[in-house]
Amino acid sequence: MQAAALYRTSIGKKAIMAVSGVIWIGYVVMHMYGNLKAFLGEAAFNHYAEGLREMGAPIFGHLHLLTVARILFVVSIVLHVWAALSLTQQARQARPQNYATRRVVQANYASVTMRYGGVVILLFLLLHLMQLTWGVSAVHGEFIPGEPYHNLVTNFQSLPVTLVYLVAVVALGLHLFHGTWSMFQTLGFNNERMDRLIRGLAWALAILVPVGFASVPIAVQLGILS
Amino acid sequence: MKFKLRIWRQPNTLIKGRFEEYEVDDVGPDESFLEMLDMLNEQLIANGGEPVAFDHDCREGICGMCGIMINGVAHGPKAATTACQLHMRHFKDGDVIVVEPWRAKAFPVIKDLVVERAALDRIIQAGGYISASTGSAPDANSIPVPKPVADTAMDAAACIGCGACVAACPNSSAMLFTAAKVGHLNVLPQGQAERFDRAVLMVDEMEAEGFGGCTNIGECAAVCPKEIGLDFIAMLNREYLRGKLKGAGSRNA
Ligand code: HEM
Ligand code: SF4
Ligand code: FES
Repeated sequence: MQAAALYRTSIGKKAIMAVSGVIWIGYVVMHMYGNLKAFLGEAAFNHYAEGLREMGAPIFGHLHLLTVARILFVVSIVLHVWAALSLTQQARQARPQNYATRRVVQANYASVTMRYGGVVILLFLLLHLMQLTWGVSAVHGEFIPGEPYHNLVTNFQSLPVTLVYLVAVVALGLHLFHGTWSMFQTLGFNNERMDRLIRGLAWALAILVPVGFASVPIAVQLGILS
Repeated sequence: MKFKLRIWRQPNTLIKGRFEEYEVDDVGPDESFLEMLDMLNEQLIANGGEPVAFDHDCREGICGMCGIMINGVAHGPKAATTACQLHMRHFKDGDVIVVEPWRAKAFPVIKDLVVERAALDRIIQAGGYISASTGSAPDANSIPVPKPVADTAMDAAACIGCGACVAACPNSSAMLFTAAKVGHLNVLPQGQAERFDRAVLMVDEMEAEGFGGCTNIGECAAVCPKEIGLDFIAMLNREYLRGKLKGAGSRNA
């Protein structure tokens, strides 16, 4: 089957990155929006976190839809990182000897740092899960299972943790700026008329998502959330 | 004008190369970059040295032979201009100019600044043709082509196959070249019969030649002397993905 062999080609790998990327864009937008419920108070936030487990009720039972979503996200990120590695390797092999002098003509910072930014996001993702999902005591000493609001506030009362978080959301913003435009290009939806619209969407995501995420830890640091 | 040149010298594909420094004086501001290299070569020959090998043919910006990396930019600092059409007035008197060959695994150095670009020819061979009946010549304009379609095809067909897009790409991808060569036939009625086969066969050949993948950074379009746009890459992605899903291009498999 021809179509099944797509994953071996660079365009096929890019399409996999684009589809898995859009799934994760959906995730980060929803997650950012959900986090803002912290501003509605402890009860509302905990209710929201608990509600995720009942997602899709009454059609789906306790944890059902959440489990499906988790599998989708894990598969997506694994494929995304695999394709990133594979394309990086292909690019390395395609230029065994580098230029002595090299000048960037037009590329923006976001587009040339996708690979580094991706690694930052991946490392942060693991730390973030250890701190706020799994509650690994080495990285979050005051974690109490079933108390998400408490876990969130105590986590971001640490200045270093907040700073790491801010670096990660900036990396995410840059990744979204190039990634959003790039995925339309990869899937062949871009053209002269669409270009401005897609650039606009990329700008919007690259600003709104990091600002939304950053607002919660900053509010904790400023004592607005406690 | 006077220039200090740091030029890549490499006797052949197998022997390792290195930079050599030269000086050229009395260069006129209206001389082209290649004419400046001619002056250097005359100087080298007069002194019993080996002239610098560089590719060129038309010297009027239409053949695509003259690609070289000038101060880290493919075809040098002027946009939409081949190295042969680049004039020395765009440099400052006394400038140090670094000249390197295109660098890509698919473009091995033949000598000094000359690289082998046959990989691009093989991409065209893989699908850059149309089926046409031989015999008596058809009437002109017997196939109607809407003006915007003809314009798009002409924009793509402007590609001269110089390879600057590959040279400038951080991934050494040949997507802009392939997109131009697929695009100019795929939008025309004459190109419809092989449309999806063409996209699949040409991209698969591109992969086989050892070029990198595209990450949509856009350095290719920025250095392209013929200003081929990134739209054509989006079009190629679309044609290729659709072609693969249809199972096109399998007769060579
Ligand atoms: C929340 C997480 C992430 C989101 C939303 C995301 C989103 C995206 C999107 C939409 C693209 C464009 C795909 C295309 O052009 O076809 C992309 C490309 C890319 N991503 Fe991610 N990604 C995420 C995480 C990661 C991680 C963890 C890595 C690596 C470890 C990574 C590495 C890359 C690379 C190398 C590219 C290709 C860059 C390019 O084509 O210019 N990403 N990402
Ligand atoms: S697309 Fe532009 S840079 Fe690439 S080979 Fe054609 S003319 Fe040269
Ligand atoms: S020599 Fe023909 S394009 Fe420069």
